[in-house]
Formats: sequence, C-alpha cells, structure tokens
Amino acid sequence: MNAILAIARKDLRIEWRTRTLLARVVPFALLVLVLFAVALDSEPLLLRAAAGLVWLAMLFAAMLLVQRSFDVETADHALDSLLSFVSSPSKVFFGKALSMFVQLFALAVVLLGAAVVLYGARVDGDGVVLLVTVLITATIGLSVVGTLYGVVVANMSGRDSLLPLLALPVLAPLLIGAARATEAALGSDTIDLANGWAWVALLVTYAVVFGSAGAVAFAPLAQSDS
Amino acid sequence: MKTGTTTTRVLGIFALMITAWVVVSAFFLTPADVVQGDSVRIMYAHVPTAWIAYLAFVTTAVASGLSLARKHRTLGFDRVAGASAEVGVLFMAMTLITGSLWGRLTWGTFWQWDPRLTTTLFLFVTYVGYLAIRRVDVDPVRRARRSSVIALLAVLEIPLVHFSVVLWRSLHQEASVLNTDGDVRLDDLMLFTLFSGVVAFTLIFVWLVVHRQRLAAMSDVERLVGLDAAITARRAESTVGGGGR
Repeated sequence: MNAILAIARKDLRIEWRTRTLLARVVPFALLVLVLFAVALDSEPLLLRAAAGLVWLAMLFAAMLLVQRSFDVETADHALDSLLSFVSSPSKVFFGKALSMFVQLFALAVVLLGAAVVLYGARVDGDGVVLLVTVLITATIGLSVVGTLYGVVVANMSGRDSLLPLLALPVLAPLLIGAARATEAALGSDTIDLANGWAWVALLVTYAVVFGSAGAVAFAPLAQSDS
Repeated sequence: MKTGTTTTRVLGIFALMITAWVVVSAFFLTPADVVQGDSVRIMYAHVPTAWIAYLAFVTTAVASGLSLARKHRTLGFDRVAGASAEVGVLFMAMTLITGSLWGRLTWGTFWQWDPRLTTTLFLFVTYVGYLAIRRVDVDPVRRARRSSVIALLAVLEIPLVHFSVVLWRSLHQEASVLNTDGDVRLDDLMLFTLFSGVVAFTLIFVWLVVHRQRLAAMSDVERLVGLDAAITARRAESTVGGGGR
C-alpha cells in the first residue's frame, strides 16, 4: 500500500512541478467543449448532448494524460528501475492509476462546471449523489484502462496514434455508461434517476474487471525484455 | 520455399468445389424470399462471413492464451493468433459490408444501432488495433507477449461492450422506423446452401490461416537469417577495410 501511495505521490509531484494538466490538458479539454458548441450550433441540442460531450472530452484528455504519464517512465528506462523497487508490478499499476484518477477527477469537475456555464446544464438536489458517484466510478474505470493501455504502448514508436486506436474501443462501454448516467443526473426527458443508477452498476463492473485485468496484465506488459 | 503442402492443396480444392456449389445454388437453385425477394440471397454470403469472423476471433483468443500459458511453442501459437486475426478482420469487414447492403434492401437503411451490429463494429475496430500493435514490435518474443495480452483483454471487452449496448438500446425507446426482425423462413435447400456456405468459408478460413502463419514463420526466420548474413557481411567488410588502411 505504501508503495502504491509513494508512486502516486511521485507522479502527482511531477505533475505539480511541470503543470502539464493545468497548462495543456485542461485548456485542451475546454477547447474541445467550445468546439463542440460551435460545431453543433444549437442550444437545445447542446443541452441534450452535454453529458456525452463532457465524457468524450474526458476520453480525449485522458489519452494525453496517459501518454504524459508513461513518457516520464520510458525516459532512461525509469520503469525498469521502478519495477525493481516494488514487491509486485501490480503496485506500480495501481500507483499510476491512482495518480491518473486524481488528475482525471479534477479535470471532470472542471469540465462539468464548464458544461453548466457553456451548455446551460443544471445540477439539482436529487441528481447530485448520482453525479458524484458517476464521476468517481467512471473516472476509476478510465484511469485503470488508461494506465493499462499506456503500458501497452510505452516504449513503442508511433505510440501517440496507437494509444487512442487501442484504448478508445475498450472505453466504449464506459463512455456509454458514464454519458447516460450523467445525463440522468443532470435531469433529462429520456432517462430517469433509477436508470442512471443501473448505469452506475455497469461502471462499477467495468472498473472492477479492468482493475483486476490490469493488475494481472501489467507484469508481462511492463517487462522490457526477457 | 512454399507454404503449401498436399493437405492444404486438397483442402483448397475442396473449398473451391463447395464454394462453386454455393454460388450456383445461391443464385439459381434456391427460391427468392416471399417478403425480401432476391435480396435474401445475400444471406448465403453474409451469415458465413459473420460466422468465420467470430470463429477467427475465438481462435485468436485461444491461441493467445496458449501462447502466454505455455513455455514452448509460444511463437507458433502467436503466429496462429495473428494470422487468424488478420483473416478475421477481413471477414468482419465483409460481414459489415454485406450486412449493410442487405440492411439497405430490407430495412431501408445501411446501418442500425442495434446491439449485434454495434458490438460487431467495436469488435472490428478492436482487432484493427490489435493488428496495428502486431506491426510495431520487430522482436517476435516481445510481439508474442504483448499481442497475446491485448487479445485476451479484447475478450474481456467484448461482453462489456455488448451488455452496455443492449442496455443502451433498451433504455432508448425511440420509435424504430424499421422492422429489425430480419428472420427468413428457410426451406430445406436454402438451409443446405447456407450450411454449405458455412462449410466452404470455414475451409477457406483454415486454408488462409495455415498459409498465413507459415508465411509469418518464414519471415521471422528470414529476419534472423538476414540479420546474421548482414553481420557476416559487415564483418567481412571491416576486415577488408582494415587491411586496406
């Protein structure tokens, strides 16, 4: 557990000193939301699509963060030394996923705020609990899948284009679940709160399945050579 | 060097003969459907390609699992996995194309966001990504390990995709303009033709995978031999060059 926290703390400290999230990823995600608004050019349509657009922007931004997170590890074979310091490679996986979660959660809060301001989305009493639950469960799923596929493409040439190609199809269930549940939490005509909670069940399953898969698969993927 | 043997040649001839029978029967012998008319004949290509695509991806998953679990012949299993995925992507593309053509004729639209179609589309994209990863690693051992893990992760992904899409569609009760019930009443000859199509395509699949994985084995060997040859050539050069100076 200490190793997991130490790795997460290391990643967050790197992030705090370089400010990649703040200086590049957050502006990029906000820009995506603005561009969606320009492209759709209809306020009722934007309000209807707000939840889906926020999560789509999250997915794109996550790709950038994951690449950043593993750029740090591949430089000077840092990952190899990191692996030699921990008792089990899965600790590295959970540590990196944890720091990813903290960053993505902050980003999600910012993007939802932007959806309220830019798209006119409304968060009212009943939806808040659901909204927070969705944010946490979906961000956990996004973090574990991002970290898992981040290590798949780490050390590869052309990884910038490979990561989205591999990770985005896998993230499809998460996108569907998170978007629908968020839509329910924001109040919508097509989906009610109870259905929103059904989607949370899917998001939890997703996070558990890929969290366990990541813990198992991280070791064979992270070995640089055998 | 050749990738064919007597067995694969016999297999190929059988596949050709059955395919010829399917073509004749599908176009001329079987009747047109009462509702769908002649467009029902797409079924004889569409159903077998879909079957092969799924068979190919199951083969990839099993071969990848064996490649990871076993200590010996891991590269062999990995080559089968890769060959099968390549053929699978090809057949899945044909499934999607024939399916959307059939859909245009019977439903009036090329595409419907129905769970089966959507899952197939995501499966297709997933395996395109898998093939992309296979092209990156030059070292066969590393390629085998990495791509096997990805193939097994895809096995986890597909049920989740399918389940989420089913839930997604069931919660969205939008009026469907189209009747998705594409079931066709099949008489004995139609059923037999469809069955022959499945057999023919399965033989073609086996034939393609056998050849493709032998080709992959050859190119792995060629890379090793080629490397040795290049090293020998450079060594020879350096001794000649060294002597000259």
